Parts: sequence; structure tokens; C-alpha cells
Amino acid sequence: MSLLTIRNLSVEFTTGSGRFRAVDSVDVDVRAGEILAIVGESGSGKSVSMLATMGLLPWTATVTADEMSFDGRDLRAMSGPERRRLVGADLSMIFQEPMSSLNPCFTVGFQIKEALRKHTDLDRKQRHARCIELFEMVGIPSPEKRLSAFPHQLSGGMNQRVMIAMAISCRPRLLIADEPTTALDVTIQAQILDLLTGLQKETGMGLILITHDMGVVAETAERVAVQYAGQKVEDQPVADLFATPHHPYTAALLAALPERATEKRLPTIPGVVPGQHDRPEGCLFSPRCKFADETCRIVPPPVQPRPLGLARCHYPLEVPEGVVPAKVEGASA
Amino acid sequence: MIKYLLSRLATFVPTFLGVCIISFGFIRVLPGDPIIVMAGERGMTQERYETLSRQFGFDRPLPVQFWEYFTGVLQGDLGRSFVTNRPVWDEFFSLFPATLELALCAIIFAIALGLPAGIIAAVYRGKFFDRALMSTALVGYSMPIFWWALLLIIVFSGNLGWTPVSGRMGLMYFFDDVTGFMLIDSLLSGQSGAFKSAVQHLILPSIVLGTIPLAVIARQTRSAMLEVLSEDYIRTARAKGLSPGRVNGLHALRNAMIPVITVIGLSVGTLLAGAILTETIFSWPGIGKWMVDSIFRRDYPVVQGGLLMIAVIVMIVNLIVDVLYGLINPKIRKR
Repeated sequence: MSLLTIRNLSVEFTTGSGRFRAVDSVDVDVRAGEILAIVGESGSGKSVSMLATMGLLPWTATVTADEMSFDGRDLRAMSGPERRRLVGADLSMIFQEPMSSLNPCFTVGFQIKEALRKHTDLDRKQRHARCIELFEMVGIPSPEKRLSAFPHQLSGGMNQRVMIAMAISCRPRLLIADEPTTALDVTIQAQILDLLTGLQKETGMGLILITHDMGVVAETAERVAVQYAGQKVEDQPVADLFATPHHPYTAALLAALPERATEKRLPTIPGVVPGQHDRPEGCLFSPRCKFADETCRIVPPPVQPRPLGLARCHYPLEVPEGVVPAKVEGASA
Repeated sequence: MIKYLLSRLATFVPTFLGVCIISFGFIRVLPGDPIIVMAGERGMTQERYETLSRQFGFDRPLPVQFWEYFTGVLQGDLGRSFVTNRPVWDEFFSLFPATLELALCAIIFAIALGLPAGIIAAVYRGKFFDRALMSTALVGYSMPIFWWALLLIIVFSGNLGWTPVSGRMGLMYFFDDVTGFMLIDSLLSGQSGAFKSAVQHLILPSIVLGTIPLAVIARQTRSAMLEVLSEDYIRTARAKGLSPGRVNGLHALRNAMIPVITVIGLSVGTLLAGAILTETIFSWPGIGKWMVDSIFRRDYPVVQGGLLMIAVIVMIVNLIVDVLYGLINPKIRKR
């Protein structure tokens, strides 16, 4: 049973120089209790698609989708108050910058209790007890004292623990972690990831981990979705993705991992992600792809079947025997 | 917090000394001689001039005069007015309640309208209300105050007859000053209609005096809110499922208040120094008019004493603003 189902999600931003498509027909599926990693470079639309799910995009964004449902409930049809009862309770999110994601004017205790007051029936005393319990869960020492601290009095790692405590305070069924370790020290990164996966096992919630770190993906995720320039280009279980990437972009990303380097120089992917004004007509990765031909440049690629990792590519790599790659009508191969 | 307060208070000492020097020096730098002014059209003999000069102590060197003034100030003696011969202290406090009452009403008017207007404009940025409000605020800010006052008097006092033209109280009411605040004294007097009259007299001057602070507060609130609304912690607040009212009104406003309190504090400081134009137009017996008259009369003790009192009041307002910063923003509070 799919917990979060998104079909054909697109997000456009109205900017001073026209419209910019940050997310382009993305599908997302997360089952209850599953850890999905969404990977991609900066600007690949991974955060934006999740912010759209949470309903947190700024007013300049236009969100369209064929389906967007959480636990069978249509997110698009919900009224504002209805959606706010869901967001922060069943569906919650933590962010990249813990230092700026907490309000400097309020104590961390107040900010967590606020969520509890909104979504639970606990009275004041119970909320306080729950906060202490949460702080112990996320490994904050002397919780009673920390509850009355302001964010600027805590370290980045502590603040991220506070954010996690806040996000899991109302026992969410799906937690979205948007690059939760990017702003932290390497030593703290491992602790936070362990904490997140530990909590996920303990509570059985679904977890979406947005990251650009393939190492993190390999260690934590069960399934991986690779995004490029706003599109999902591949979607596979983690072991299969690392073993047999079907999209040339995934293959190039994996080849660029230092652990996999065979030569002295680290391989790189030439070029940059297309911006607002230089989006290719056909495959978005074609200008940087070493396998691209004329078809790739002109015709948007099809989405391959599941055995080929749903790769959005004309010429998927490592096609197993007996699987016929999808072809676009009229594209000469 | 107490340490923070003490450190703020410590800055009072050099400021106070500076204000004493400036208030003493300012009026003496101006051309014109108080004794000549006192003599008026008829003039006076050289002998009489010298007697008066000795009497007021003008024959002694300036540092000596300053020392006498300064030691007097430290003992709470601001000297006596050349013109009325009443202590400056008494004159100041007989007029100050009128200024304070008007200033408070004006700033309450400005905050009550400016703050919500700025918030709404920020939340609905770029929409019709935002544009309409910000252009109105610009007009309010750039309009000459005396013209605006006259316009209001013509419409509300002249055409509609809703409000009186000038003064603080209707002529048919008479009662003793208890606090000096008409709103309170009129209630204490127990005369029916007196309070209503006091309120009616306050309406137009408050609006006129509050117009510029209103425009400034609305614009400052809007820009501070716009900045805060794009912060990460606002996204966090929304991610908790909080209502827009709570996100905007608590999480955003609390942070946006810091620059807004600065402009409110500055406005209060200016308003308490007396509003010369407004007080003149509405014949409001306040500090502003008194100071201007005294400057024309070269009434040294009144000018230097009045300036000093105003400066001290502005310093106190600033202290209150500093304390408010500490209350609102825990980062400023030192532990």
C-alpha cells in the first residue's frame, strides 16, 4: 500500500524573466515504512517537489499534478485547514539549515510544544513530559534544561536534533528530511543519519531522504530516485542502482564517486545543469551525455519499464536479456 | 537582564553631560541679547543694562556661568524664566502633560492603524491592498502637516461640525488640574460631557500629529515583515501546520517588531519634544510652542532647561526601546 503517491508533478515559478519549470512531471511513490532517497545535483528540483507535497512553496510557485495523495487522501482537494491538520502531524519535514530553521525569538521547547498543542489533545503537563521524552529519543543531554534554551544557544547539531524532535513529535507516518546533514560537521552527519534511520526503524514511519551524497544513499536508503533538471531519470532499489545503473546520468554520477575511481584523476560530468533559458528540446541530459545522438537532442525520451529502472532515456544501459526498451513513436534508432 | 539594563544606564552619564553642554551653548551661540529683547521697542539706559547683566550673571566668564548652571541642574534646579520669573521646572511640568497626552494619542493612532496595515500589505504583497496602502502612506508621509491639518479642520470642524477647532476642552467645563491629562481630569471632575469634549478636542490633533508616524510605521512594518516572511523558520512554522494567523501574527511579527520598535521609539521621541506646527494650529498648550516662544524671547533658562528635559525624556524613551529589544530578541539580552 503506497503511503505517498504523486503522479506527473510539475512546479513552475514565475520569475522576473519568465516562467521557470523547477519540477517536470515527476512521479513519487513511498510505501509505509520505506526509506526512499532522492538524489540529484543542486537545482534538480528534489527539494521543490517535496516542498510542493508539504504545501510549503512560496506564492510564486504553480503546482500541477495528475495525482497527489497521502494515505489515499487527495492532497490537492484538501482545504487549507484540512491540509494543515495533516502537515506537521502525519506528514512532517526537516530542513537543511538547522540554525536558521528555528525561530530565534522563541525557546526550542515552546516551538516543539506548539506543534503538540496544534495536533494532539495533550494538556500542558503532558506536552512537557512528551518534549522531554522526545529530547531523550533524539539524544539531547539534560533535556529539562535544553527545553528553555534559545536556538542561538545551541550548536548546529543540537538544533538539528531539536528539528527532528519537532518533526517526529506528533508521530508522523512519513518524514521528509531535506539534506538534513549538509550544514553539519562530518562527525555530526553520521550521528544524525544514524538517529534518523534508528527512529525510522523504531517507529515504522516512511522516510524520504533528500541528498546529493551517494555515500549517504548507499548506507541508509532502500530505494533511490535520481533527479536531473527537474525530472526523475531513474528509480531503483539501492543495491540494483549501484550495481546496474540504466540511465547514463546515474552511471556518470556513480563513476564520479571517489571510492570507485580507478584512475588518479576523478572522472567528472562535463557541463552544467541546464538553466531557465538553455533547456534542450529533447533529453535534458543530452548536452552532457557521451551516448547522446541526434534523436536524444530532438525527441524527449520515453520512460523505460520497471526492469530498466524507469530510466528516462532513449538508450538505457545494461539492458538485461528478454527486456525490450521502450521507444518513442517516430524516433529513428 | 539587569546587567544589560545597567550597561544601558551607564551610557546615560556621558550623554547627559553632552546634552548639558549643548543646551547651555546652543542658545548662547544664537545672535541676540536677552536683555535687549526684554527692553523691547523703548530700549534702556546703559546703566540699567549693566545692572540687569550683573543680576543675570552675564558679566562673568562662560565657564563660570556653565558651572553654576550645571551644579544647579544636578540639584534639580533649572533656574527661573527671565520672562515669567517662575521656575523652569514648574513651567515644564505644567505644559508637559498636554504634550504627553497628545503624543500618546497620536502614537496609539499611528500604531493601531500602521501595524496591521503593514502586516496585511506584506502578507498580500503585490495585491491591490498593498499597492493602495503603500501609495497612501507615501502621500501621508510627504504631505505638509499644516495643510493636512487645515484640510481636516475645514471638513470635520467647518463643514460637518463634528469636532472643535482648537484647544483642549470646551469652554463650558471648568475643573482643576489634577494630573494635567484632560482625559483623566475630565473624568475625575464628574461633569457630564466633559470627557466627551476632551476626546473630541484630541481627535484632529492626534490624527494630524500621527499621520507621519503612521506612514513610517506602516512602511517599516511591511518591509520588515517581507524580509522575515522569507526566512527559513517561517517555513518551519508552516511545516508544523500552524494557521496563517499564527505564522504571520506570532512567528513573523515577533521578529519583524525589532526594526518597527526602533521607528516607533524614534517617533515617540520626536513627538514628546513637542509638535510645533500641530500645537500652533490647534492652539494646544504644549512644550513645542513654549520652546519656540522662549527661543524668540531669548529666555536662556527656559531654552536650556527645556532642551535638557526633552533630551532626558528622549533618553528614557530610548532606554525603554532598548529594554523592549531585549524582551523581544533573546540574542540581544546578555546573560
